Amino acid sequence: MNAYWVGVLGTGAIAFGLKFLGYSIPEKYLTNPRMLRINTLIPIALLSALVGVQTITEKGKWVIDQRLAGVAVALIALSLKAPYFVVVISAAITSAVMYRVR
Amino acid sequence: MSRVNRATVTQSLSVSFTVGLYGIAFGAASIAAGFSFLQTCLLSLITFSGASQFAVIGVMGAGGSALSGIATASLLGTRNMLYAMRMAPLLKVRGFKKFIAAEVTIDESTGVAIGQEDLGVDSMKHGFWLTGIGVYIFWNFFTVLGALGAQAMGNPSAWGLDAAVPAAFLGLVWPRLLGNFERALAASALIVAVLLSPILGAGLPIITTALLAVVFGWKVRQ
Repeated sequence: MNAYWVGVLGTGAIAFGLKFLGYSIPEKYLTNPRMLRINTLIPIALLSALVGVQTITEKGKWVIDQRLAGVAVALIALSLKAPYFVVVISAAITSAVMYRVR
Repeated sequence: MSRVNRATVTQSLSVSFTVGLYGIAFGAASIAAGFSFLQTCLLSLITFSGASQFAVIGVMGAGGSALSGIATASLLGTRNMLYAMRMAPLLKVRGFKKFIAAEVTIDESTGVAIGQEDLGVDSMKHGFWLTGIGVYIFWNFFTVLGALGAQAMGNPSAWGLDAAVPAAFLGLVWPRLLGNFERALAASALIVAVLLSPILGAGLPIITTALLAVVFGWKVRQ
């Protein structure tokens, strides 16, 4: 078995194991008010972090490019209460146009 | 289960398709990094977590060891465990369903689920399953296309996919940012993750912001 197979199977096993573990934690630990509150806030923090990282970093470096323009347009669309797919499409179009004219 | 809300279906499908499309980039990148067609498909079928998959092919393609590839990918995968902890009391799954729920617990399915909170618990569940399974199907389908040499599409940036994905996530958290409390958390998480990126590399900065959620959630909200 070469290194690539070890990488593929190892990554897959751990990725699934982590997800499964999250569902196996006894409910009593997850239902106390403080845990419930923190648990509700965690996706908000992680998804917001993800937005920042995917918009202005690349491989651990700060990169300002067409993505920022795209996400800025998405932000405007959201504040104008645009439907979800309009938000995503407008970001994609903006970014693609910026990428091509650059 | 009750009737499925149309808005939930629309959102689930747009997220599934947008994110799934990125599978083309993964499939092509994985082949370019030296993984076989079968290995590329298995990464999408089993690991099913875009960030982790890109990490392992990125590290190993650049000459890194299997161990460092697995470690980086797993670090990125730990947030799925936190998502699972959030989804567990909502889904209350057992046996085979727990197995499937675990596999499709990712950024998108969790994001759509919490985005439906105003529509009720049933809509949150529908959002989770529709998006989880939807992304799974599209992601694997497009991985195959990418691996089979869809380089014809070229750089995903040229199609705006690089901005569509963060915009999709922004659209998912947006409905949850009604109060100043949530907005402050979101803004600090975003800033902290971006500031930490050059120091901690990929993966760690995102998971670190879970600590912010703990700090914000610790004291009772006003």
